[in-house]
Amino acid sequence: MKLLTTNFLTCAVKTCKTSPLSFPLHFKDATLERTEIDYNPLFIRNVLPRVNWDALTTTATELGLQSLVPARNPGTRTETETETDIKDEELRKLHNLLLETGVVEGKLVCGNCGFEYPIKEGVGNFLLPAHLV
Amino acid sequence: MSRPEDLLPPDLYYNDTESAKYTTSSRIQAIQASMTNRALDLLDLDRPSFILDIGCGSGLSGEILTEDGHIWVGMDISPSMLDIALQREDVEGDLFLADMGQGIPFRPGTFDAAISISAIQWLCNAETSDVSPEGRLRRFFDGLYASLRRGARAVCQFYPKNEQQRTMISQAAVRAGFGAGILEDDGGTKNVKTYLVLSVGGGDITGTVSKMEGVDIEDGRRLREAMHRGGKKKGDDVKGSKQWIMKKKEKMRNKGKIVKSDSKYSGRRRGPKF
Repeated sequence: MKLLTTNFLTCAVKTCKTSPLSFPLHFKDATLERTEIDYNPLFIRNVLPRVNWDALTTTATELGLQSLVPARNPGTRTETETETDIKDEELRKLHNLLLETGVVEGKLVCGNCGFEYPIKEGVGNFLLPAHLV
Repeated sequence: MSRPEDLLPPDLYYNDTESAKYTTSSRIQAIQASMTNRALDLLDLDRPSFILDIGCGSGLSGEILTEDGHIWVGMDISPSMLDIALQREDVEGDLFLADMGQGIPFRPGTFDAAISISAIQWLCNAETSDVSPEGRLRRFFDGLYASLRRGARAVCQFYPKNEQQRTMISQAAVRAGFGAGILEDDGGTKNVKTYLVLSVGGGDITGTVSKMEGVDIEDGRRLREAMHRGGKKKGDDVKGSKQWIMKKKEKMRNKGKIVKSDSKYSGRRRGPKF
């Protein structure tokens, strides 16, 4: 499961939807893997403004990758910048982190209800038992 | 041919043998590919996007998304299908074992688009007594609506069992807030393909779709309005009103029952009591 995807995942339990603790989900016993994906600068540029940088920093810290995360989201503009000009090198690094780094085994835990979503072979199990739906 | 939807729930129907059959059948592969391409045409994406594939199965549709340069995330309820997806090498998207009827576990505004090929008709089945098709459809469309970006589009190809299922699904989508329209390819034939085209925040989609090739617009709203007016006239009288009572009496009379004769007092309110 790509780091990019985990940045968008929330707890599926209905009562957690309103709680700020349900995002981001926290990793537990995670095993990392690297997969090759074609570098596509346009996609990175497109998706960057949507990435929640605080959540990404938290997730990366949990996985021990905090050194790879830039201090602020290069995809968002500050007031002084009119045009977002991101260097190719920086984009490549982010491509590396967001798309090529993934979790193959482990668990995702909701910070609100504590429900654990297992990840096996990179596939997250988000099926909920009937009483939580 | 019987419909798989009538036989078993999707997670049990698509077991190892059925999933393997589905994925290796060249006929299904060709149909899936053409439908995915059609859905991509309808989405009309102008840049590499982040796409949700609902009911991704073994990743037949995802493969085409990857070829087009998009990054996708797939959801499916059948573990066997996902297992095959893992074994196939060209599946690059992230996979999730999840039930679309339980909602979409992504934060608001995540995806640029969503596609679903031959999946959402499964929502019309309730496998246990504590869920209803309406409830599942509502959770699905509410979740989908939230997870899409403003201005995003979703295209869901599905096989409705009958007219009723078709309206049930499209109405559920409209209730969730989508601008919805149904597109039919090869309409009226056995090979009819039904696409539910949804837009978030774009409002009316007939305008955007009308420019595309091979799309005929049949505006259902006019028809519905006309039906609505006609329906009122035909006799949806308010229960307890004079007209309603008169109609009932007439009906009973026709049945041969003894009915009090009509007078100026029929269906009138009684005067105030002391």
